[in-house]
Amino acid sequence: MTSTDWPLWEVFVRSRRGLSHTHAGSLHAPDAEMALRNARDLYTRRSEGVSIWVVPSASITASSPDEKDPFFEPAADKPYRHPTFYDIPEGVRHL
Amino acid sequence: MTTMAPDTGSYEAVFDAAVAADERIEPRDWMPDAYRASLVRQIAQHAHSEIIGMQPEANWITRAPSLRRKAILMAKVQDEAGHGLYLYSAAETLGTSRDELLDKLHSGRQKYSSIFNYPTLTWADVGAIGWLVDGAAITNQVPLCRCSYGPYARAMVRVCKEESFHQRQGYELLLTLSRGTEAQHAMAQDAVDRWWWPSLMMFGPPDGESAHSAQSMAWKIKRHSNDELRQRFVDICVPQAESLGLTLPDPDLRWNEERGHHDFGPIDWAEFHEVLRGNGPCNDQRITRRRQAHEDGAWVREAAAAYAGKHRDTQGEAGA
Ligand SMILES: [Fe+2]
Ligand SMILES: [Fe+2]
Repeated sequence: MTSTDWPLWEVFVRSRRGLSHTHAGSLHAPDAEMALRNARDLYTRRSEGVSIWVVPSASITASSPDEKDPFFEPAADKPYRHPTFYDIPEGVRHL
Repeated sequence: MTTMAPDTGSYEAVFDAAVAADERIEPRDWMPDAYRASLVRQIAQHAHSEIIGMQPEANWITRAPSLRRKAILMAKVQDEAGHGLYLYSAAETLGTSRDELLDKLHSGRQKYSSIFNYPTLTWADVGAIGWLVDGAAITNQVPLCRCSYGPYARAMVRVCKEESFHQRQGYELLLTLSRGTEAQHAMAQDAVDRWWWPSLMMFGPPDGESAHSAQSMAWKIKRHSNDELRQRFVDICVPQAESLGLTLPDPDLRWNEERGHHDFGPIDWAEFHEVLRGNGPCNDQRITRRRQAHEDGAWVREAAAAYAGKHRDTQGEAGA
């Protein structure tokens, strides 16, 4: 038996309290507990994290890069969602 | 990927435009088969080098002269294992598997850096490796942080952060020996004499003879040519050797005012190709040790998988 039987896990690390977990990389492990231990040894050897999430890579649903443009299209023509869209006279403050 | 046959041309245009705009290519993007193959070859060779590279240094862990040096060396060797794992993960995003990569290493179908086929004869070699071998690796790897393939570039950022400790501990080790007794100084000099030329070979064959260079640079996998990086490394090392109170074993090494670089003597490429062909001092030893370690670990992998399977069954979860 070899490591192909070990699923791939994505590792997310919170670098310090108050920040979100961010993707650090991936690793193979037989189960969640071992994935956590391996992630600690692999991605936090220099105190890079205070909390780790591991997620089976197979459980992630991703948007397809092929439909990138149409998928994100709805946001492209709505500049009025940004504050810079609006003209405000010089000198008006706290706005 | 799904039905792309009628449309490969436009996919290729998107890929070319992304590379031209210095954007990163990500795993699920369309990419030319040759780009994918070239990356797998390079990342696999890089990953193998990291884990084979653990051997020459691990050779000295039990004989480190102090607890401080021993702790440092263990941390460094552990880092190299980590670098191998980051890189194997990056390679796997291209559709190969960990087992396939290890198989190819063990059967000699994929290579690792020929530098690791040289033996570590004395404690000073640990210093020379840190200073010169990790130093050459850093010179190679820093530009790879901007490689066009996202997962490889990200792995390199992580690796480069960790490498600077490797180089500095080696330099400090050599400095301590160089300033020590006459015998210690001689040991440091001897190590530098043996590692200098193989380190220059780490940058690969001269530009004219480098099989993959031109295409890799067009794809922005590589950003600088072999000779360019080699020259950069030589220029960095000369003043560092002076500060160490050690010399570099090259009678032709001198500053060239006109070029603004150091000239250096010819590299023995016959030796390089011999080592590459498998006839270096330690080729057999390295691969035999690697296979042995893999076989010795088989029961651990089996036990962990069996435990995970049993746990899954009793919890009634779906198998992964
Ligand atoms: Fe490394
Ligand atoms: Fe290193």
